Amino acid sequence: MKLTLKVWRQKNANAKGHFESHAVEADEHMSFLEMLDVLNETLISQRKEPVVFDHDCREGICGSCGLVINGRPHGPQAGTTACQLHMRSYKDGDTITIEPFRATSFPVIKDLAVDRSSFDKIIQSGGYISVNTGQAPDGNAIAIEKEQASDAFDSAACIGCGACVAACPNGSAMLFTSAKVNHLGKIPQGEVEHKHRVKNMIKQMDKEGFGKCSNVGACEVECPKEISISNIANMNRYYLASVFGGQ
Amino acid sequence: MAWLIEFLTSSIGKKLVMALTGLFLVLFLVVHLIGNLQLFYGDGGQAFNVYAHFMTTNPLVKFLSIGLYAGILLHAIQGVLIAWQNKKAKGSNYAVTTYKNGTWMSKNMALLGILIFGFLCIHMGDFWYSMKFTDTVPMITYEGVDYQVKDLYGKVYLAFTKWWIVVIYLIGLIAISLHLIHGFTSSFASLGLVHKKYTPIIKMIGWSYSILIPLGFAAIPLFVFFKNLWNY
Ligand code: HEM
Ligand code: SF4
Ligand code: FES
Repeated sequence: MKLTLKVWRQKNANAKGHFESHAVEADEHMSFLEMLDVLNETLISQRKEPVVFDHDCREGICGSCGLVINGRPHGPQAGTTACQLHMRSYKDGDTITIEPFRATSFPVIKDLAVDRSSFDKIIQSGGYISVNTGQAPDGNAIAIEKEQASDAFDSAACIGCGACVAACPNGSAMLFTSAKVNHLGKIPQGEVEHKHRVKNMIKQMDKEGFGKCSNVGACEVECPKEISISNIANMNRYYLASVFGGQ
Repeated sequence: MAWLIEFLTSSIGKKLVMALTGLFLVLFLVVHLIGNLQLFYGDGGQAFNVYAHFMTTNPLVKFLSIGLYAGILLHAIQGVLIAWQNKKAKGSNYAVTTYKNGTWMSKNMALLGILIFGFLCIHMGDFWYSMKFTDTVPMITYEGVDYQVKDLYGKVYLAFTKWWIVVIYLIGLIAISLHLIHGFTSSFASLGLVHKKYTPIIKMIGWSYSILIPLGFAAIPLFVFFKNLWNY
């Protein structure tokens, strides 16, 4: 299939970006990123600069990839990362506009790659559990109720890609942060640090300049892991409880 | 104290203030509507005017109304600040925006809020200001009431004979309705109250409230306008 791509090109964080049009010949079995590889091979053979985009696992688990395709983070297919999106979703003659994630806390590094280290700082502020080193503990030593484990697991599916921020008209990182808070806070291993975690992660999230949730719901629609927006309300409740309860 | 300031300046603290002041205004509107329905009594305004007199002179009501003014101002200022900060956090927008996520209301709460604020200024100027700070509302005496009261009833009836005042009120009420269709449910989420079983009920109450209460208010100017037009 023959496609026309309108790709965002930007030299560096401070440069003014612009769209560039390219014709690409793709195959319906290619993934979206493979289609971009084809474009880049062509550009390299023409001694032009290839388009920079983030990717790593290409199997939908690492959260590196992230493009806004025709206005939608990760493209049109629900519950799918850009790397798992296939060209069969498009037809011959289509024009596809590709832009980077847009949010003030995700500045563009180059072309389609954005700097998501603000997410790393949120994780560093509390997105972990403290475990003493030593022998690996028995996986089943702590009994966890099935429903509770499933709930935590649903939240744990977040791959930290940032599509929620990209989709949110407020540039809010609440879906991501709340997914971590729920994932770790709902299991006994993480419960110990729960109160501090909630407070610290939200403090860091605010410090990074992310917006505030207006309960629009765009995040949960675009999230490739279908993290539910109810995570945010849960986090609000946990936050209120840890601020007003306890010491 | 430091913890409280930290909380109130956090994103969730700011949203808590929005939700609590918003729900307080939601409660107020119910009381306000019930009081105003006395305009429909066919008693030449006695019930309504005596009620209005009570509402402007009773010390407890006076005290509560200060809370109401503060609540509206806090809600409006905080809301506009949040919207401004959110715009800054988003930065630039996408070139292609054909796919729409989320309702129009949820993305335009500040716009609707500013419309509501403009409407409130006109509304308070019309009745509240002239009632409290001017002599433009004439006094009236009723049999069985041993004090004079201001004829706010007459003032309201006069105002709503003008079509453009009726239109301003309808626009204000539509803005309130749209603001609450999103705001009612949203405030519960901001308070952390989302639940598989109860959220659908909250949504249903929110929709009913957001449609029925503004309709109830709209009935007043429409009733007066058409009553006057058809002269009965
Ligand atoms: C006076 C002018 C007003 C302005 C400028 C205003 C502004 C706003 C804004 C910007 C929001 C969105 C907050 C956010 O998404 O973070 C909001 C939410 C809300 N407003 Fe208003 N508003 C006004 C009047 C009212 C009135 C009269 C009511 C009730 C009768 C009301 C009830 C609510 C509720 C319940 C919410 C939801 C709070 C939440 O999402 O947590 N507002 N308002
Ligand atoms: S919540 Fe979803 S969209 Fe947001 S970072 Fe996690 S996986 Fe990505
Ligand atoms: S490249 Fe790893 S999720 Fe897409």
